[in-house]
Amino acid sequence: MLANLLARMRYPALGLGLLWSLSAAADLKLNMPEGVTTISHQIYDLHMTILWICVAIGVGVFGTMFYSIYYHRKSKGAVPAHFHESTTVEIVWTVVPMLILIFMAVPATRTLINLEDVSKPDLTIKVTGYQWKWSYDYLDEGISFFSTLSTPAEQINNLAPKDKDYLLEVDNPLVVPVGKKIRILTTAADVIHSWWVPSLGWKRDAIPGFINESWALIEKPGVYRGQCAELCGKDHGYMPIVVVAKTQEEYRQWVESKKAAKTASLGSDNPGPAMTNAPGQPAPVTAAQ
Amino acid sequence: MSTATHVHVEHHDAPPRGIWRWLSATNHKDIGTLYLVFSLIMFLIGGCMALIIRAELFQPGLQFVTPQFFNQMTTMHALVMVFGAVMPAFTGLANWLIPMMIGAPDMALPRMNNWSFWILPFAFTLLLSTLFMQGGGPAGGWTLYPPLVLQTGNAFPFVILSVHMMGISSIMGAINVIATILNMRAPGMTLMKMPLFVWTWLITAYLLIAVMPVLAGGVTMLLTDKFFGTSFFNAAGGGDPVMFQHIFWFFGHPEVYIMILPAFGVISMIIPTFARKPLFGYSSMVYATASIAFLSFIVWGHHMFTVGMPLAGELFFMYATMIIAVPTGVKVFNWVSTMWKGSMTFETPMLFAIAFVILFTIGGFSGLMLAIAPADFQYQDTYFVVAHFHYVLVTGAVFSLMAAAYYWLPKWTGHMYDEKLGKIHFWLSVIGVNILFFPQHFLGLAGMPRRIPDYALQFAEFNALSSIGAYIYGFSQLLFVYIVIKTIRSGEKATDQVWEGARGLEWTLSSPPPYHSFTTAPEVH
Repeated sequence: MLANLLARMRYPALGLGLLWSLSAAADLKLNMPEGVTTISHQIYDLHMTILWICVAIGVGVFGTMFYSIYYHRKSKGAVPAHFHESTTVEIVWTVVPMLILIFMAVPATRTLINLEDVSKPDLTIKVTGYQWKWSYDYLDEGISFFSTLSTPAEQINNLAPKDKDYLLEVDNPLVVPVGKKIRILTTAADVIHSWWVPSLGWKRDAIPGFINESWALIEKPGVYRGQCAELCGKDHGYMPIVVVAKTQEEYRQWVESKKAAKTASLGSDNPGPAMTNAPGQPAPVTAAQ
Repeated sequence: MSTATHVHVEHHDAPPRGIWRWLSATNHKDIGTLYLVFSLIMFLIGGCMALIIRAELFQPGLQFVTPQFFNQMTTMHALVMVFGAVMPAFTGLANWLIPMMIGAPDMALPRMNNWSFWILPFAFTLLLSTLFMQGGGPAGGWTLYPPLVLQTGNAFPFVILSVHMMGISSIMGAINVIATILNMRAPGMTLMKMPLFVWTWLITAYLLIAVMPVLAGGVTMLLTDKFFGTSFFNAAGGGDPVMFQHIFWFFGHPEVYIMILPAFGVISMIIPTFARKPLFGYSSMVYATASIAFLSFIVWGHHMFTVGMPLAGELFFMYATMIIAVPTGVKVFNWVSTMWKGSMTFETPMLFAIAFVILFTIGGFSGLMLAIAPADFQYQDTYFVVAHFHYVLVTGAVFSLMAAAYYWLPKWTGHMYDEKLGKIHFWLSVIGVNILFFPQHFLGLAGMPRRIPDYALQFAEFNALSSIGAYIYGFSQLLFVYIVIKTIRSGEKATDQVWEGARGLEWTLSSPPPYHSFTTAPEVH
């Protein structure tokens, strides 16, 4: 709706015509995604509640101000009043905002407590941040692998057309089941990173030497994309996250195939060095040191 | 009004000529001018860095710079703007205005004043020179988080030293402000009669003295971690990288108010003048400022909601942060009430002041949203945060500085600025800055992280728009430079009063004021 409205602003006078005609068809995202986890819905609702409260206060304050700007101007012959203080008014506009804040704090507290409740998980995955890739360890299954950007360097350097998931695609996505409470442990091997998939509703810093806990219960199968959210060096923008949520049967099959593959290559079970030379690593970016 | 320049009682009644006047300056007006000119130069340098950032972000893909250089630009842009542009600009205003507002001849400690200014050009030469060193400038963000910042090349010790120098300069400036305000007020100028600009600066100076040493301690620990084998922030040695974040933000959050409280003071001076009505709720403004200053010490954790604090910590920092909305709201309500039933005119300073109230409040709203800890798990480290702090720092602090420049320039130079050009500058700035920063709210909510040189295709439209706004806003500041130079050189003669509704001691002095503001203290009733 708003995208259409913006798209209609194609006045040549604004000099933005070309830009908007490009975006007219595109689905411009203006708001936080509602997400696909229980907690992301709560966070979205909270975000919208606070946003609308702010909008209402803004309309009131700015409305009063613009009324005053329009009517109480010298060119309209306004004569200045002399009042300059009122204890009653000051108390009112201290107490009323306090009450509004308490009204906001209640759902915020409830959501926060829920967000931090990592108890009783169905499975646990450890996420480790590296400069500049992620590794995933399924602690219950013994599966572990690296996940690296798969966008070719030609696209980054504008030598090839950019595909749909430019910079948000990886070689080995994190595969998880829907309907299970997944505990996600985050840590890092070198500098601080932050693991963030907007559709899951949160990000959590990955700190070397420390382990943070978070959880997600994904409601529907799909592919959810995110990025590192803490500046971690030159390729900070090139370590995306892709989560593939599968139904529980499909997830089981995936786990079995992974385990089978691992057993098959048992002799050469050394994923680390092989992965550091992953083909997806954008070469010119790495060379920019 | 006595013009002291013609009375040869002492040799320092008139300034020496040429460069020596500036190098040996002890006069508050000369030092104020130095600070303001310095900050304007830094504002333009920091602005150029911002334009490099926005040029790279105009389209997806890498076009102009490498990711490493991009990170140097974001880091340096912030350091230059915070420590080089905004803070010295407010210190410049303090130097020019506090003695004139409280009826004093000069600042209390003129030689220290000279030193605190002249440290800055050296500090920033050092900082900017790191861009040309092996490995380039600092690229770990202005927050200097370890372990990343420890990967900085040869620039690292130079960055730390320059931060130390900036801190020393700020602390000396703050000591001077406090000594001046507490000791040199004219008879009858009780604390609760001081203009709000003086009040906000008094409180700001205390914040500076309280937190700059904390930053100095933090960066020194970085230095020893890097060069002397300590492990303050190294988990492998028993330290904690997050401890640096606690130290940094214990400085960093009051720092935010160091940059905005004097802005509140400026706006509280300008709105009553052009509304021709006294400031509404003077004493509540003072109490609100003091409350904000106090609260600024207990909310630092809201910068760190995602680092893995205990639930109790997150709840505490969320509640404490939300409470800041109350005194801030009081200020906004007081400004609107000052306008209410006034007799307003809209000269350039008033336009900037009104834009400040509206746009700063929008920054306040996004600040309130960011305070809500669970929602911050989405907002943290996205363009939503970038939009938020640029609304409070650019359309907040910088707009108040622009308002202050137009408001007091006639007093300082004795010439009126070109009102028509001033208004053009205002409208270009206000339109440009909103095109620049408003779309960044959408980018952040849609999932674009901060500090990335390249981005996914869904962010392309708003980034292009934002970059266009950046160039409109950036280049319109050159008009400001032209207006200032034109005002100094020529322009209609300003009256002593300058503005019809202006009240306060500085407007009783001639325009331009005598070299030593008040050689005899005025009586204040």
